[in-house]
Amino acid sequence: MMTRNWSQVREDFPILQRTVNGKKLVYLDSTATAQKPRAVIDALSHFYEHTNANIHRGAYSLSIESTEAYEEARSRVARLIQAPEQGIIFTRNTTEAINLVARTWALDHLKPGDQILVTEMEHHSNLVPWHIAAKATGAEVIGVRVTPEGRLDQQDYLQKLASGKVKLVAVAHISNALGTLNPVQQMTEQAHQAGALVLIDGAQSVPHLPVNVQELGADFFAFSGHKMCGPTGAGVLYARPELLEEMSPFLGGGEMIDQVYIDHSTYADLPRKFEAGTPAIAEVVALGVAAQYLQDLGMERIWQHEKDLMAYALDRIAEIPELTQYGPLGEDRAGVLSFNLQGVHAHDVAGFLDERGICVRSGHHCAQPLMRALKVGSTARASFYLYNTREDIDALVQALREIVAFFKE
Amino acid sequence: MSLLEDLYKQIILEHYKKPRNYGELDPHTHRQEGKNSSCGDELVLDLTIENGVIREARFKGHGCAISQATASLMTEAIKGKKISEVQDLSSYFKNMLRTGTAHPELGELSALQGISKIHARVKCASLPWTTLDEALRQGESQN
Repeated sequence: MMTRNWSQVREDFPILQRTVNGKKLVYLDSTATAQKPRAVIDALSHFYEHTNANIHRGAYSLSIESTEAYEEARSRVARLIQAPEQGIIFTRNTTEAINLVARTWALDHLKPGDQILVTEMEHHSNLVPWHIAAKATGAEVIGVRVTPEGRLDQQDYLQKLASGKVKLVAVAHISNALGTLNPVQQMTEQAHQAGALVLIDGAQSVPHLPVNVQELGADFFAFSGHKMCGPTGAGVLYARPELLEEMSPFLGGGEMIDQVYIDHSTYADLPRKFEAGTPAIAEVVALGVAAQYLQDLGMERIWQHEKDLMAYALDRIAEIPELTQYGPLGEDRAGVLSFNLQGVHAHDVAGFLDERGICVRSGHHCAQPLMRALKVGSTARASFYLYNTREDIDALVQALREIVAFFKE
Repeated sequence: MSLLEDLYKQIILEHYKKPRNYGELDPHTHRQEGKNSSCGDELVLDLTIENGVIREARFKGHGCAISQATASLMTEAIKGKKISEVQDLSSYFKNMLRTGTAHPELGELSALQGISKIHARVKCASLPWTTLDEALRQGESQN
């Protein structure tokens, strides 16, 4: 596997063979959701054709196989992020994982006067759950400023921690709108010294670079399967098992219980305490396949490929004087290119690119506070993943030049 | 030339670059804010309505060429018309976005007919009109 080059890897993704508006598909929106390799697509149909039965309940072979496949996925995901298995909770997605913490740990631990420290570059899914938790507990949500280069202001972070009121820091590992790689390990140490726990939103990091949640010191770490080549509907919350032990359950119902009486119930051991009801079994199994797929390719190698693409993209866009790009120009930058063309709105850019088969996102990227901090209403965003090539970037740059010329006329 | 480029060439670019009735109206009888929160587009529509007739209309805000050009064309089209005529126009326009068929009353606005085929952009062309509808509805409730 290690010897396969990136154009061979492209062949794993059937969708890349299709055309859009008569043009070869150039998919540059993996930050929103990633395309799926054949192995993951096959895992879904294989599960339904051969294994399908509910988990943890049946005393018959299919149910046992199904349970084994589901738990094998937990092991694979745990290995991918270097976590203990009992700390892996399957959710629907990052958003649900963050909400789980906001509706359990936060409600049990926060009180009036406490602070939840977020940042100006958070995705709405790492803001709104905290607004809800703050409203319910009387705590306050405050934010770390973003510098004009698109980095977190570390001075501001330390100052805000110094108040001693911060009980939780909620921070993105990588910004979905700028590609900024935040120094979360250092931030976690500082937060712990200040007596706060840390939730890391890993939606944009787990798919793209090696992650070790224990080394990072994460108390909570959330990510989605669909952004890492897995199916939609299966995501992950990692939490330190000691925390999970003492946390209240999130959803109550089947599967998360030990004993149920008419007037009370006791809860199952980890991780089942947090997985009420029939989960997305096939999707979780296929997520395990995706985790294995990425590990076989090598996360270090994927990260390097994306950095190479980003460096090439930054070189090429320098040819377009009308283009403004947002985000830091350094090693702390993932393969996310957020930009605007002078005199052309981001939606028009995206619409014109679509005509040429090129998929990019436009808008505020569910990061309205960041857009305000950068003083822009919207940006166009091209994001790169393991199946993208320099040719994709060439196609993008060529199309952008045409758009600039068209709007200048 | 593609459908989208053709459409832009015809009319949208002209109105995007030189929007008619851009700015604020002071005094005004109606001010309505409109938003497409999923894409971040914002529009403020000012109207002066006297005796059931729209005397003046201006807009400002930010958004893509389609939303801005539509607002420009819309303000041109509604000035001097009765509220009931404008309401008809609004439903003709929205019907055109849905079906691709333009009512003769739409005049220059029928240049935006092609948007019905570009589903992702229908919302952009709708924003000025839903803002207008809301302004008229709010006006009614005040009277």
